[in-house]
Amino acid sequence: MTGETILTVEGLRLHFDVRRGGRHLQVRAVDDVSLSLREREVLGIVGESGSGKTTVGRSIMRLAQPQAGRVVFRGRDVLRQGGKGLNDLRLRIRMVFQDPYASLNPRRSIGDSVAEAGDINGVFTGRTDRQRQIAESLTNVGLDPSLAGRYPHELSGGQRQRVGIARAILPVPDVVIADEPVSALDVSIQAQVLNLLSDLRERLGLSMILISHDIGVIGHMSDRVAVMYMGRIVEFGEAREVIDRPSHPYTVALMAAVPKPDPSLRIAGTIAASEPPSQFDRPEGCAYAPRCPLANDRCRVEAPVLRPVGTRVVACHNALPG
Amino acid sequence: MLAVDNLTVSVGPQARPIDIVDRVSFSILRGEVLGLVGESGCGKSMTSLAAMGLLPKPGPRIRSGRVLLDGADVTRLEPWQRVEAGHDAMAMIFQEPMTSLNPVRRVGDQIVEAVRVREQISAAAAKERARELLELVRIPDAALQLSAYPHQLSGGMRQRVMIAIALATRPRVLIADEPTTALDVTVQFQILGLLRELCVRFDIAMLFITHDMGVIAQLADRVAVMYAGRIVETAAVKDLFAAPNHPYSRSLMACMPIRGAGTARLRTISGQAPQPGSMLAGCAFAARCPEARESCRSVAPAHLESAAGHEVLCSYPVTDGRPW
Repeated sequence: MTGETILTVEGLRLHFDVRRGGRHLQVRAVDDVSLSLREREVLGIVGESGSGKTTVGRSIMRLAQPQAGRVVFRGRDVLRQGGKGLNDLRLRIRMVFQDPYASLNPRRSIGDSVAEAGDINGVFTGRTDRQRQIAESLTNVGLDPSLAGRYPHELSGGQRQRVGIARAILPVPDVVIADEPVSALDVSIQAQVLNLLSDLRERLGLSMILISHDIGVIGHMSDRVAVMYMGRIVEFGEAREVIDRPSHPYTVALMAAVPKPDPSLRIAGTIAASEPPSQFDRPEGCAYAPRCPLANDRCRVEAPVLRPVGTRVVACHNALPG
Repeated sequence: MLAVDNLTVSVGPQARPIDIVDRVSFSILRGEVLGLVGESGCGKSMTSLAAMGLLPKPGPRIRSGRVLLDGADVTRLEPWQRVEAGHDAMAMIFQEPMTSLNPVRRVGDQIVEAVRVREQISAAAAKERARELLELVRIPDAALQLSAYPHQLSGGMRQRVMIAIALATRPRVLIADEPTTALDVTVQFQILGLLRELCVRFDIAMLFITHDMGVIAQLADRVAVMYAGRIVETAAVKDLFAAPNHPYSRSLMACMPIRGAGTARLRTISGQAPQPGSMLAGCAFAARCPEARESCRSVAPAHLESAAGHEVLCSYPVTDGRPW
């Protein structure tokens, strides 16, 4: 079902300099991340807050400026595009954001918001064409075209997120990067929006990068999954492999922590507090070692690199066979 | 321990009240966790605020019904009046600890303040108790963290501080309103484990509010499912997950994305919940209900006990054990 590689990310690095208490510190938001996206594929990126998953998405869009690495989209180096090239790129690759309340301008009508990218890039041949395309886009996301004249405050959260998607598919792009598209929605609405994204992928032939902290959502939607921890990819492979038979101890822990709808699997009483280490105080060696049940002396001094385990790659000295 | 009896909370003018919580009843025993589950706007938070005596003023008010604490009617008592009347303490924790904590006061001082609400003890003793509380909620280096400010702590640690503050008054009832929704799953897992342990250890009756059926399954002893201001199903957690009777409970469980199926479509609930005040005669879920019949739109459903301890508010509950 999925085809040729359409987008590759190689050795992406983005460090932020911050000052805390008079000290200059560095946050390694993204550290040597490499990915590839295939045609018509859903690539899931999952990780805890602060793992760098959003920064990867924003770097591909050039909304963040990486210090090193390459992003190649259909043979073009994204990080070297400027002016017209960049505009064109941002029509081909579009983004859907988490918070439909924050990402729509409250003073613009739904129709104007949906048409914005088209207006900027002169996509429409005239008024009627513009209206026709707005209506088509709204219909594509399951909204009534008459909503074009309405304003965001008149819509429910689910409708607003559909508008957020409608504006990302006008004109129809090659790639959609959806950053936590359902996290702000109720479960019943969440299911509707996830189904919609699957439908659009089929109907419009989209490739999709889906960024979420929710491994249930990622597992359900994705063909391949990248698991990020503290700025790095720690496991990357087919969703069936990574989600059903995780190999990195972090992926295992992430899966184990998802509350399962089965009352026979009760949460145990005593769990020690174990949280990600501070971004400013990255451990030597493997960043997961302080939380890892399998960590040994080697893990604490030598940072593991991604290596093949079966059909996937895993950055762990003690990777499980999966 | 805590009982809510036929509670109705209304907004709007006295003459034309709009019921946002409608004839809600439940009770929680000591050491028991009752999960209250529902989607945004269903009235679950208003129910908990009414039970705490913390409804915002002016605004929603208790129109009828009672809140009972160990059998005593505390419906009309403010939290401080409950303390003065010598009732057992109730405490509450919220979703976003950063907005509940004072950003310019050290966490130790904030815990001390809560300790001294109920106990006339010296500053030194209160501080010692604050340290114990931080240890109780498993904050590493508790003595050191007493002098931290909220912004210096992670989200998970801040929520632990909130729990410590809640425990400072030695409550017998704890209401937790989506306390883990803003946290990463790995941290959520730890906080849920901590809450369960504390409930058992201190014999606390806990009302746990969430929209996440998965969290309910792992934590609650019994469940109340809420829709459009009403409790539509109450059951022991095992019974609910084995055989949800109300079509809404079934739909809510079916639309969870659980891995396995790959790109299979998720079940959804069509449409959206009715706005309070716009509800018609009949069942509030009828318009979205896959099981609805013609009469559901005109005849209001009645409570029905489908099995021992399993109550459902539905004219045609699903009791044939079909999988959800």
